[in-house]
Amino acid sequence: MDIYRKAKIRKNAAWIIAMIFAGFYTIAAAVPFIYMVLNSLKGQFEMLTSGVFALPEKVCFDNYKTVLQGGFMGYFARSVIVTAVSLGLLLFIAAFASYPLSRMNFKMRPVLYSLIIACMSIPMHVTLIPVFKMSTASGLYDTIWALPGPYAAFAMPMSVFILTNFMKTIPREIEEAAEIDGCGKYRNFFEIILPLAKSGLSTICIYNGVTFWNEYAFVKTLTQSSAAQTLPMAMNYFRGENSMNIPLILTVLTLAVLPMIILFCILQDKLVKGMTAGAVKG
Amino acid sequence: MAKKENITLLRNRQKATAKAAVVFLIPSLVLIAVFIVYPIMDTLRISLYQWNGISADKVFIGLDNWKALLKDGRFWRSFSNNIKIMILSILIQIPIGLLLATFLDAGGKKCNVFKIIWFFPLLMSSVAIGFLFQYALATNGGLFSSISNFFGGGNIDLLGDPHKALYTVIGVIAWQFTPFYMVFFVAGYSGIDNDIYESAIIDGASRAIYVRSMALPLLKPTIKSACIISLIGSLKYFDLVYVMTGGGPGEATDLMATYMYSKSFNYFKMGYGSAIAAGMFILITTIAIVIRKILTGKET
Repeated sequence: MDIYRKAKIRKNAAWIIAMIFAGFYTIAAAVPFIYMVLNSLKGQFEMLTSGVFALPEKVCFDNYKTVLQGGFMGYFARSVIVTAVSLGLLLFIAAFASYPLSRMNFKMRPVLYSLIIACMSIPMHVTLIPVFKMSTASGLYDTIWALPGPYAAFAMPMSVFILTNFMKTIPREIEEAAEIDGCGKYRNFFEIILPLAKSGLSTICIYNGVTFWNEYAFVKTLTQSSAAQTLPMAMNYFRGENSMNIPLILTVLTLAVLPMIILFCILQDKLVKGMTAGAVKG
Repeated sequence: MAKKENITLLRNRQKATAKAAVVFLIPSLVLIAVFIVYPIMDTLRISLYQWNGISADKVFIGLDNWKALLKDGRFWRSFSNNIKIMILSILIQIPIGLLLATFLDAGGKKCNVFKIIWFFPLLMSSVAIGFLFQYALATNGGLFSSISNFFGGGNIDLLGDPHKALYTVIGVIAWQFTPFYMVFFVAGYSGIDNDIYESAIIDGASRAIYVRSMALPLLKPTIKSACIISLIGSLKYFDLVYVMTGGGPGEATDLMATYMYSKSFNYFKMGYGSAIAAGMFILITTIAIVIRKILTGKET
């Protein structure tokens, strides 16, 4: 009886400590967000005079109006286009590559596979100057079309890695049966493998979609005018225009995370799974 | 006769397969060749020149950039900053991520609210986090200053002080990426067969014993790959630091990538910038290979 009670006390104590820790971490994770949203609702000077944790005197969406009318939607639209085009390019090419790498036997396979996978830990900075040179030479510099190529290329190794592993799990019999029925490799790919690989494709969509949406170094290097830039550069732009208006910039930040938060609410588990997909095995 | 025919048939099929494989692989190989392999070669070539990136006159200077790089205190300092970030990231993010995951695993469904809130930082882009914390850590009207003022202390200058700036940056990085390791380990926990837990409990083990002597050993491969991811990520770090501190104050938070970027695109020393980039590439590749050998060589 006594042992039982002791164990119960100990268990409760452990839970209390765990809850305190959880509470602390929750505060640490949430406070910057609260700071951001709360102050985005204030006027330019109110934030400094009334203190950062004070509730706004009256909730005003003026900042949101200014930002939304001040070119934010353009950045947003360009981000959508760039992300969509890069994803389309990536999905096709990565699926093409993963098919023979996962399901065909040919001599060069191990070499080509390790070549593609080896590109995974290459820092993009080592390519930055030449890619910049190429973009100016080809006339794509300072347009959004300079971006999908490097994006897709750098996302390729991880995507091929994920997709090859996924395609390996599709039973061979399905393909063999189709082959007996006279299906060639190409029809096989489009009519059997691609539809069956849908969930693998959606995983790499999420994983890379988030990366493309947030990408910064290439946009900063390959574009210059605000008419060619994506969301991560919007923050620079608005700060340039209103350098002293902190609440306005916090508004830009809030609006920039909003789509991600909405996406997270809709497909929570899928998003979490997708974002860690690349980490299955270092 | 028949045998010979069979062999040619087989060979024909192999040929057809190889041909199809090549066709499928060409687009990806072209993309990688154009945007990764060729640029790496070109970077190595440009590193032998003195060039401002715009004008036509490139001066071939041989290995001078490389000699300068080897003696460049700022480069090695930024490399050591990368190493500091790497070590502290592993020491901070992975244990906390593991603790949070353990909590979530023990708490089950009723702790889902925590999971959602804890995940939030990962939804923000590095650039946005950089901007946000630039304001949140500001001396005037920042979070910490406000809290310190509330308790009667003075303003706190975290990013302006060269001794504190790097550790502040490391703290912000931890804020951003701990949730990643959390969900990573949550996935690891859910990969453990439920029977193992149940039989441990039936045998009279407590949750703590289960975690310590059964779950953690089973999570070892997951922890290892988390370490590798953190390692390589820390060496490549760029966006957040570039936005938040720009490498400053002074050179206190310079990283290899931010140093390379500002040399090449702010000061237009593309030749030297290429040498930095190539040096960074060599260092990262070497470290990645060595660490992978150490961590996965013994047992897998």
